Amino acid sequence: MDTSGSRQASRTYYLRKNIIMGLLHTWLPYILAGIAVGGQYALIAIGYTMVYGILRLINFAHGDVFMWSGLIMVYLVTVLPLWLSVILVIAFAIVLGTTIERVAYRPLRTAPRMSIMISAIGVSYLLQNFALYITGGLTKTYPSISWLQKTVKIGSATTKMVTLITPVLTIVLVFILVMLIKHTKIGMAMRAVSRDFETSSLMGIDINRVITVTFIIGCALASIGSILYFSNYTGINPMSGAMPGLKAFVAAVFGGIGSVPGAVVGAFVIGICENLIKGAGWTTFSDAFTFVLLIIILMVKPTGLFGEKNLDKV
Amino acid sequence: MKKLIALTLTLVLALTFCAGCGGGGGSASGDTIKIGVFEPASGDNGAGGKQETLGIQYANKVQPTVTIGDKEYNVELVVVDNESDNSKAVTAAQNLVSQNVSIVLGSYGSSVSIAAADVFADAGMPAIGVTCTNPQVTADCEQYFRICFLDPFQGTVLANYAYENGMRKAYCLSKLGDDYSVGLVNYFVEAFKGLGGEVVEEQFPDKNSDFTSYVANAKKAGCDVFFSPVSTEAAALIIDQAEAQSLGMPILAGDTWDSNVITGAAKGKNVEIVVTTFYQEGGNPEFDEGIKAWFEEDKDAMTNNGGNTDLAAVTAMGYDAYFVALEAFKAAGSTDPADVLAALPSLEVKGLVCGDVSFNETGDANKTEAFVKKCNTETGEWEFLKKQSAQ
Amino acid sequence: MDTRLDNKKKIALSAACLILFMVFVYFGDIMIRPGSSMKMLITVIEKGSIFALVAASMNLLNGFTGLFSLGQAGFMLIGAYTYAIFTIPADSHDKVYQYFNGGIIKWSIVEILESKLGLAGHYLGMLIPMLMAGLLVALIGFLIGIPVLRLKSDYLAIATLGFAEIIRAFFQWNTLGPLTNGSNVLRKYTTYKNAIFPVMIAGISIAIILLLINSTYGRAFRAIRDDEIAAEAMGINLFKHKEMSFVISSFFAGISGALLAMFQTTISATPFTTVMTYEILLIVVIGGIGSITGSVIGAFLFTAASEWWLRGLDAGKWMGISSSLMRPGFRKVVFAILIMLIVLFYSRGIMGDKEFSWDGFFAWCKSRPAAVKAWPEKRKASRAAKKEARAVKSAAKARAKQAKEEKEARKSSGEGLFTPLVLADHVVVFEKEGRNG
Repeated sequence: MDTSGSRQASRTYYLRKNIIMGLLHTWLPYILAGIAVGGQYALIAIGYTMVYGILRLINFAHGDVFMWSGLIMVYLVTVLPLWLSVILVIAFAIVLGTTIERVAYRPLRTAPRMSIMISAIGVSYLLQNFALYITGGLTKTYPSISWLQKTVKIGSATTKMVTLITPVLTIVLVFILVMLIKHTKIGMAMRAVSRDFETSSLMGIDINRVITVTFIIGCALASIGSILYFSNYTGINPMSGAMPGLKAFVAAVFGGIGSVPGAVVGAFVIGICENLIKGAGWTTFSDAFTFVLLIIILMVKPTGLFGEKNLDKV
Repeated sequence: MKKLIALTLTLVLALTFCAGCGGGGGSASGDTIKIGVFEPASGDNGAGGKQETLGIQYANKVQPTVTIGDKEYNVELVVVDNESDNSKAVTAAQNLVSQNVSIVLGSYGSSVSIAAADVFADAGMPAIGVTCTNPQVTADCEQYFRICFLDPFQGTVLANYAYENGMRKAYCLSKLGDDYSVGLVNYFVEAFKGLGGEVVEEQFPDKNSDFTSYVANAKKAGCDVFFSPVSTEAAALIIDQAEAQSLGMPILAGDTWDSNVITGAAKGKNVEIVVTTFYQEGGNPEFDEGIKAWFEEDKDAMTNNGGNTDLAAVTAMGYDAYFVALEAFKAAGSTDPADVLAALPSLEVKGLVCGDVSFNETGDANKTEAFVKKCNTETGEWEFLKKQSAQ
Repeated sequence: MDTRLDNKKKIALSAACLILFMVFVYFGDIMIRPGSSMKMLITVIEKGSIFALVAASMNLLNGFTGLFSLGQAGFMLIGAYTYAIFTIPADSHDKVYQYFNGGIIKWSIVEILESKLGLAGHYLGMLIPMLMAGLLVALIGFLIGIPVLRLKSDYLAIATLGFAEIIRAFFQWNTLGPLTNGSNVLRKYTTYKNAIFPVMIAGISIAIILLLINSTYGRAFRAIRDDEIAAEAMGINLFKHKEMSFVISSFFAGISGALLAMFQTTISATPFTTVMTYEILLIVVIGGIGSITGSVIGAFLFTAASEWWLRGLDAGKWMGISSSLMRPGFRKVVFAILIMLIVLFYSRGIMGDKEFSWDGFFAWCKSRPAAVKAWPEKRKASRAAKKEARAVKSAAKARAKQAKEEKEARKSSGEGLFTPLVLADHVVVFEKEGRNG
C-alpha cells in the first residue's frame, strides 16, 4: 500500500515536472527577454527613483539622457576604439545629466513644483528635437559589440549574450550602489536629504553636492543601461528614450519611489510581464499594461512595494 | 536680465511675424514652375522618404528646365517634411498648396498620402503618388494619381511566391495604425488563404523596438515564412532578432524593404530575405551610373542615401515621377494646377527607368509585373530572382 | 483721471472686435485662393483655435484648480473618434471599414438629420455628435477622476498620462475594429466647410470656461489651488470640486478633439501620444498658467511659429538668412530652445495669471510713453541694483571660500565631520505641495 502511494506521488511529481518543463519550453524565450529588458529598465529606473527621492521631481529628461548616450556611442565608435568610447559615453551622460540639473532644475528649486516639472518636460522636448536634428530623423544602427551580441542557446531558447549578462551586471551594480548608500558619508547624506530636505540642509549637508552626485550616479547607470539595451535592440531614434523612460519611472513607482531595490524589483516585474503579455498574443496592450500596473499600484498602495510612508505636513 | 530676454523674445516673435507676412507677399517670378515634394524626412519613414526625394532632386539636376508651349521654365522643387505623421501631414500639405506649386509628388508611406488627399482635393491640386501602394490613396480622390503598382497586386504576388515555394503557414506582422503594412498584410492574407495557406497575424505598437517576442511567437507557431512588410526602421530590428534567435524561416516583405538599410542590416547574418519591388539595379545602366556619380560628388546626397551609393527602387521611382510631372506640364501647356490636372488622365509616358506609365480610371498606373529580389547576405547586395505577375 | 469704461461700452467693444475677426475669417477662407501664402494664416487660425480650446481646458485644470493632469491627448482622442464614427456617410462605410465588413454603425447622424431638416439638419448633425463626443469624454473623465483625483501632484500627472496611453491602446485594439476601425484611419466623415466653424465653436466654449472661472465654482477651484487644507477648512468639498473641474475640462477636451478630427479630415490613434499632451502643456506655459487669454494667445503663437513662420528654418532659408545649419529639424530645435528660455527666464508666460481686460489694455497703452520716458532711469536703477547684488554675491563667495578653507584646515586637523556652518549660505527654501502658499 505504502509503495503504491509513493509511486503515485512520484508519478504526479513527474507529470507535474513534465508540465512545468513543457511550459518552460514554450515560455522560456519570453522570460529570458523579460529578464533582460527588466535589467535594462532597472538601470534607468534607479536614476528616476533617486532623483525623485531627493528632489521630488519626475525627471522626464532622464529617458532622453539614456537615448543620447546611445546616440553618442554610435558616433564615437566610428572614430575611437570601443573601450574608450564606452568610457566617454558614460562620461558624456554624466556631464549631460549634471548640466541639465545645473541649468534647468537648480534655478527653479524654489519655484512651485509644477514649474520644475514643466522645465523637465521642456528639456525632454529639447533633447528629442535636437536628436531629431542631428540624426536627420533617421534611425541609427547601434555599433555591434561582438561579445555582447554573440548568439547563445539556453534550453529551448536562442538569444544574445547580452540577455544573460544584463541581469548579472544589474544586480552587481545595484549591490555596489546599495553599499555606497548604506556605508559612505555621501550615501548617508543622500538618505538624510531624501528623508527631510530642509532639516538636512540646516544640519550642514551640502545639498547641491548631494544632488549632483545623485545625478552622476543616475546618469552613469542609465548610460550603462543604454549600452545593454541598444546592443539588444539595435535601432536608435530620437523617440527611443521616451517609452523605456516612462516604463522605468513606472517601475520606480511600483517598487516604492526613493527605494533602489524597489525600483529594481519593479523593473524586472514590468519587463517580464510585458514579454509574457506579448507571448500570449495581446501585443496591442503590451505598453498599456505598464500603465495599468501603475494605476493599480497607485490605487492600492501608493507608496509602492518598498516605499516608506510619507507624512503630509501642513 | 529677465526684461532683456523678454524684449528679445518679443522682438524675435515680431520679426518672425514680419517674415511670415513678407514671405507671403512675394509671388513667383514668371519663368519658374514649382513642383511640390511631399515626403517624410523624419520619423518612421524618414530614410525611405529621403531616398525618394533624392530621385526627384537628381531628376531636377538632370533636367532643370521644361518647355511649355514655346516658353522655357525653370523647375523649382519645394520640399516639405510630412514627418511620417498623419496629423503633421495635413499642415505640411497645406503649406505646399500655399506656396503656389503646380503639382505635388509623393509621399513615401501611404498613411500620410491618405491623410493629405483631402487637402489636395480641396485645392484642386494634382498629386502623383510615387510609391504609396495602398489602394485608398487614389480610390476616393480625383486629384491623386500614382505611378506604382497597388497592394492588392503586390500582396497577391507575394502570396503566390510563398505558396509556389512550398510555404504553407505564414506569420504576418504589421504595425498598428500604419496603413501600408496593415493593408499589405490584409491583401497577402486574403490571397494566401485563397491558395489554401494558413496564417498567424500580429501587430506591434508604435515606437516598439523589442521584437524578441514576435520572432519567438513565429517560431512557437511553427510557421514557414515570416511576412513583415513594415518600415525599414523596424525591419533592421526584426532582422537582428531573427539572427539572434535563429528564426529558421525566410522573411518576406514588400517594396519598403528594398533599401540599403536592409542589406546593411542583413549583411553577414544568417537570414533569408525576399522582397518585391519596382526596379532592379541594372535595368537602366545610364541612370544607375549617373546617380551614383552624383552621390559620389555630393556629400549631402550620399548621407541622405544612407552613407553609400546603393540604389533603392524608390529613388528610381522618384526620378520617374519627376519626368511624369514634366510631361504633364507639356501636355497641359500651362502651369495652372487645374490644367495640369485635366491633362493627367490621358497622359502616357514612355522611356522611363521603371517602365512606361499610363493611368487607368482611378488614376493608378497600369502595371502588371513586380520584381522579386533576394538579399545576398554575404555581399550585402540584392540579387534578382524573377519578375512575377499576379496570375 | 478716470480711464475706466462702463460695462456697456466694454461689451460693445469686445463684440465689435469679435465680429470683425469672424468676418475676416469667414471671408478670408472664401476669398483667399489656395495658392496664396496668406492661406496659411487661415490654416493657423483654424488649428490655433482648436488648440486654444484644449489649452484653455487644460489650464482650467492645471492653472485654476492646481491639478497637474497630463491626460489631455487621450481625451481628445476619444472626442475625435466619437465624432468621426457617427458622421461617416452610409455609402462610405464599406470603403472606410474595408477590413471590418463595413463596421457595425451603418448610418451617419448628419445624413439622417439632413434628409429631415435640410441645411439646418446638416449643422445640427455636426453639433450633436460633437456634443456626444464631449459628453462621452466627460463621462470617462468622471470615471477616471474617481480613483486618480485622490493622488497628489506628480502622481496625478503620471496616472493621467498612463490613462491616456491605455485609451490609445484600447482604440487600436483590433477586436473593437468594427467600431473604431482598429488601428486604421477613419476618414470621409463630415467636416466643416469654412474656417469660421472651429473659431465659433472654440470661441463659445472658451467663453463658457471663462464664465465658469468667474463663478462661485471658479473661486472654489482657485481656493483649492492655493491651499487645499485651508479650502477644506472653509467648507469646500475638495473631491466634489476637483471632480467637477476634471469633468468640465474633459468635456471641452472632447469637443476640441472632435474639431481636430474635422480639421485633419482623417483620424487615427497614433499621433495622440504624450508628445501631443506636452505640446498642449507648453502652450499653456507660454501663455501663462492661470490665464485663459494667455492660453489663447499661446495657442495661436505656438501654431503659427511651428507650422508657418519657422518652416523656412527647415528649408535652409529663413528671413533672408541661409545657412548650412538649416536642414530638416532645425525649426524644432530653435523652437524648443525658445520654449526653454520662456520656461526658465519668463516662467510667468505672456500673461502671467492676468486676463485681458479693456481697462488694462488702455491703461497699458497710456502708460507706454511714460514708461519709455522712465526707461533710462529705470535702467540706471536696475544697473545699480545689479552691481550691488554682484558685490554682495562676490563678498558671500569670498566668505564661503574662507569658511571652506577653514573647514578643510579643521578637517585635516581631525575635528568633527558635521560642523555647524554659516546659515545664510546654505539655506535652501523648498516649496511644499502646490503653488506659492
